[in-house]
Amino acid sequence: MYKVLKATFITIWSLFVLFPIMWAITTSFKPEAAVVNGATFIPWLEFQPVLTGWKAILPGPDSLTNLLTPTLNSFIVTAGATAISVAFGSLAAYGLSRFTYGWKKYSNADIIFFFVSQRIMPPVVLAIPFFLVLKQLRLLDTHLGLILVLTSGLMPIVVWLMVDFFNALPREIDEMAMLEGCNPIQAFFRTILPLSKPGLTVAGMFCVIFGWNDIFFALTLTATKVLTLPVAVIALNGTVTPYWILAASTVFSIIPLVGLAFVIERFLSRGSLGGAVR
Amino acid sequence: MSLILKNVSVVSDKDGVILDDISFEFKPGRIYILIGRTTSGKTSLMRAIAGLLPITSGEITMNGENLDSQPIWERDVAVVYQQFINYPNKSVLQNVEFPLLRKGLSKPEARELALASINKVGLNDYIDRKPAQLSGGQQQRVALARSLARKSRIMLLDEPLMNLDYKLREQLRVEFKEIFNSQADAVTIYATTEPPEALILGAEILVLHEGRIIQFGSPTEVYEKPLSTSVARVISDPPMSILPVSISAGEVKFEGGYSQPIPTKMKNVKEGRYQVGIRANDIVTSKSGGKAENGTISLVEVSGSETLVYVDTPAGEVVLQMEGIHDVKVGESISIELPGNRMFLFETNGALCVSPDNAGE
Repeated sequence: MYKVLKATFITIWSLFVLFPIMWAITTSFKPEAAVVNGATFIPWLEFQPVLTGWKAILPGPDSLTNLLTPTLNSFIVTAGATAISVAFGSLAAYGLSRFTYGWKKYSNADIIFFFVSQRIMPPVVLAIPFFLVLKQLRLLDTHLGLILVLTSGLMPIVVWLMVDFFNALPREIDEMAMLEGCNPIQAFFRTILPLSKPGLTVAGMFCVIFGWNDIFFALTLTATKVLTLPVAVIALNGTVTPYWILAASTVFSIIPLVGLAFVIERFLSRGSLGGAVR
Repeated sequence: MSLILKNVSVVSDKDGVILDDISFEFKPGRIYILIGRTTSGKTSLMRAIAGLLPITSGEITMNGENLDSQPIWERDVAVVYQQFINYPNKSVLQNVEFPLLRKGLSKPEARELALASINKVGLNDYIDRKPAQLSGGQQQRVALARSLARKSRIMLLDEPLMNLDYKLREQLRVEFKEIFNSQADAVTIYATTEPPEALILGAEILVLHEGRIIQFGSPTEVYEKPLSTSVARVISDPPMSILPVSISAGEVKFEGGYSQPIPTKMKNVKEGRYQVGIRANDIVTSKSGGKAENGTISLVEVSGSETLVYVDTPAGEVVLQMEGIHDVKVGESISIELPGNRMFLFETNGALCVSPDNAGE
């Protein structure tokens, strides 16, 4: 009885959650008639799937807009910001986990809070300062400019996650490495880093998700040269665009994240350390 | 050629005095046992030598060179921790090779030394396993092999057998003795809370208490003539019963009225207040009903071949050890005799006054 209830509940909940996505996917394959004459849901039964929507967003004779260039831009910006955030963020986190820094009554906890506090302020407050800084640096509407701005938002997440992760690794491991002839940097790269794959994966995943989905900074700090995917999709919304093209573009923009989720799901479900610590 | 500690102190804002003015010379080729209770500073002393705990004042030198100015990674100190610390992502062989490669040895040299060391601890069949695939005892052997392979000039073992089961402990203790004796020119320091371990390893004993070395000597010396009640408490297992007494008019008077004639060896002490210490295996149950102290049993521990009985008496808590397994129950009353010729006499401040003859027997 309990099992049946559970299965029913899960099924209903899944349908509830997945319905909008399923609807978007089916809509992206619909011809005009299947959209404007009332709602239809089931392909082949209620309508014949066509590729009109998809052809409109990809290069080719029927192209309305080309989403491939924005995808590439999004990819460059996300990868760049993630790489910088994970690399420097994990180094900072390791330092904060293993060494004590301080000035007067301020210590590690305050530094960690400083990092986290970067995310407290709403982005809209930061938009104008960032705009002015990037303008001064001649980085407006460039990949690098956007990467730097995103990094300022992503690195705190990495530091915050990785400090906890490193705290959970026994200190004795790095002590041992130092006793066996490694300086702290070598101890980190040779013994701690190989144990940190699960933590780095999680931190990296957060960076990718937030970076990929960023719209605010991309909208305010870039214009034409660096058009990212979310901005391009929103831009479609601004004009009168048929629903099937919109649906195709949204589905298109979440495909990379869904793919990534499937790839790293294995890492995540294996547990945080997989028996690394006794 | 020795490790010299000169007035080494460690004071922290949070924990107060951790090490209190320690001066000692550790000679190479010898094994030193650090014995003391859990917070006596054993681990801190080792961490200070290894460089993991900065010292507040004093000096640590090895063969004349000052260790304090050297970073941890240049000190060449091997440590075996109480927890079995190995690199989880490396195989047994890679674990043992790691410090050798860090030392700058070539790959084949490192492999050869590592294999020899693994052989010494009897893990030949496991060289490709990861630490997580080994039992606790095997993991600790890997840690030991890693430290041995390095042939460091200083080897520190911090309660290495603490987390192992009884049987494995016995076995490794015996192996340790052989392994350490082959480390000819290294200073080996071994910390333990367990007196039998110190006695079995047969090394010289340093008794640590509240951050200070309170006695140094051979196991028999320390056992027969503990310089103070603190040493006696640390070194006696089962614990020594220590009772306040007063000596007057040719009698040792315990609290609660029980008294007995003063033992011959204590004839010359001045009258006054003292403490008497007596080991658990020296106390006997009284059958004659003569001059005996009566008490109530508060705790009974049976351990295989002997029974430990904790007795509440008017004179204080007394622990006695009986050979074999006895059917005594908590709450029963019992009469015990405290043989005068087995008594240690301590001043009220804890300093040893008189020790019995052949106290070690």
